Amino acid sequence: MKHSTRTIRDFWLLFTGPAIWWSLVLLVPYVIMLMISFYTRKFPFHVPDFQFGNYLKLIEDPQYYLVIFRSLKIAFLVGVTAFVISYPLAYCLARKIKSSRFRLLLYVATIIPLWVSYLLRAYTWKTILGSEGILNSFLMWTGIIQEPSTFFLYNQFAMVITMAYIFTPFMVMPVYASLEKIPPSLIEASKDLGAGRIKTFLKVTLPLSMPGVLAGFTFTFCLSAGDFISPALVGGPYSNMVANVVATQFGIAMNWPLGSALGMVLLFIVLAVITLSDRLERAGRINLA
Amino acid sequence: MMNSRTRRRRRIDLGNTALGIAAASAIGFLYGPIITLMVFSFNDNPITKLPLTGWTLDWYYKALTNSDLLAALWNSVIVAVAAVIICLVIGIPTAFALDRFDFRGKTLFRRLVILPITLPGIITGVSILAFFSMAGVKLSLVTVIIGHGTALTAIVVTNVFARLQRFDRRIEEASADIGARPWQTFVYITLPNIRSAIIGSALIAFTLSFDEIPVTYFLTGRDNTLPMYIWSVVRRGITPEINAIGTIIVALSIVLIFLSVLLIHSDGGTKKKMR
Repeated sequence: MKHSTRTIRDFWLLFTGPAIWWSLVLLVPYVIMLMISFYTRKFPFHVPDFQFGNYLKLIEDPQYYLVIFRSLKIAFLVGVTAFVISYPLAYCLARKIKSSRFRLLLYVATIIPLWVSYLLRAYTWKTILGSEGILNSFLMWTGIIQEPSTFFLYNQFAMVITMAYIFTPFMVMPVYASLEKIPPSLIEASKDLGAGRIKTFLKVTLPLSMPGVLAGFTFTFCLSAGDFISPALVGGPYSNMVANVVATQFGIAMNWPLGSALGMVLLFIVLAVITLSDRLERAGRINLA
Repeated sequence: MMNSRTRRRRRIDLGNTALGIAAASAIGFLYGPIITLMVFSFNDNPITKLPLTGWTLDWYYKALTNSDLLAALWNSVIVAVAAVIICLVIGIPTAFALDRFDFRGKTLFRRLVILPITLPGIITGVSILAFFSMAGVKLSLVTVIIGHGTALTAIVVTNVFARLQRFDRRIEEASADIGARPWQTFVYITLPNIRSAIIGSALIAFTLSFDEIPVTYFLTGRDNTLPMYIWSVVRRGITPEINAIGTIIVALSIVLIFLSVLLIHSDGGTKKKMR
């Protein structure tokens, strides 16, 4: 592109406003959060400082590093659950449904729940799993159990199932896209060479759909690792996630430096997972080519 | 020979049946809870449990006469409309700058801009809170609007940018060649080509703003938005009133989303993700 005076003028005419906006609401706040993560907490608020005490506390105090591990574990389980639920559906969509209109309809039907209020989707699981909830009353009504069970709600199982439910469409979309991209000729070739259906699936279809699975896993993992709404609604007292602790530190605990440090850890985890999956996807692409 | 073939076919059918059941269960899993939410908004038992006892519209009546809820609803409408305006005013020029100009740090800038939809919402929320606190800004609906604008502009940027990338610039050149002024070319040629992407992404931004919690949670002052109101109620307990207002929201958002999907996918356009 030629950088004539006119182009430069046009560029700044267009870009000055957005540049100021993005700096003020995005760049500056991130930098401030990073700064505060080095501050020292001092009653009633905090004082400017540069020390790593907040980060050290996150590593040393089990209260905090256990929360980080728990978040990673829950996010991983949500990713795996969403994968198990989504793969057959995505496979059916891409391979088994012949009518393109029906396929589009089902695909849209898969995505629609994503646009139904997030909060309401978490809330409805609370009504389903609660001790006076729908699942319990159903089981008692049909005589399967006599006493309402408190086993369903307020634990990590409830968190995983709720978040898997909320984020499943994010798995279906990329898996479907990658399955659809596999040329049918490769499947036919595998069958011509004598491989059965299961072997063809394991050796051809599944490996070629891994980029989609990876993308879906990245979405579901990152979304659940940073969630604090579902954990607060269905997780119960011993299921705090990183974001819950961040919220507490910025709320009633009034320890912004520690909250910022934990926020930076969360930011780092998410960016690391995205970068890693990007690398893996690229490496895989070269292998296949 | 015959026998083995039939056996083989039967096994295939069994595999297909299992696959079909798994896929149908997945759809059931996606819709079961939403249907549950809706069904219990009509049930006349204040406790959401089975068996269903009888039909009623009381919960709708209660929800629609609840003044706190209506105030929150109105706040949400104001916030969403204002946030969408910010998204468009900032998002469209940003998309044009990314599409039409090369500048230093462009890749970095593009990554920065999509951070709010890449990172968990809570990070956007607390970082803007820290900024406002340092700048001495008092929390109110205005700060919520700025937060939503920040969190959601990326949606307009990605959609309009994707559309611009597919847009054949030669049409603009042709327009200039036959004597149109730049603004005429923009209004009569460029804008109609990207209009559906703009409207579609604005609708998505509206819907998401209407449902936003992680950012709102930290930036709201005394006034509640609708999701914050619902949040404060459902944390305490369960009431079918929430099912009723939920059913209304679900119905409305599905209508909005159908509109935006239709618009984004019109002109043969597909939504590209920049993530």
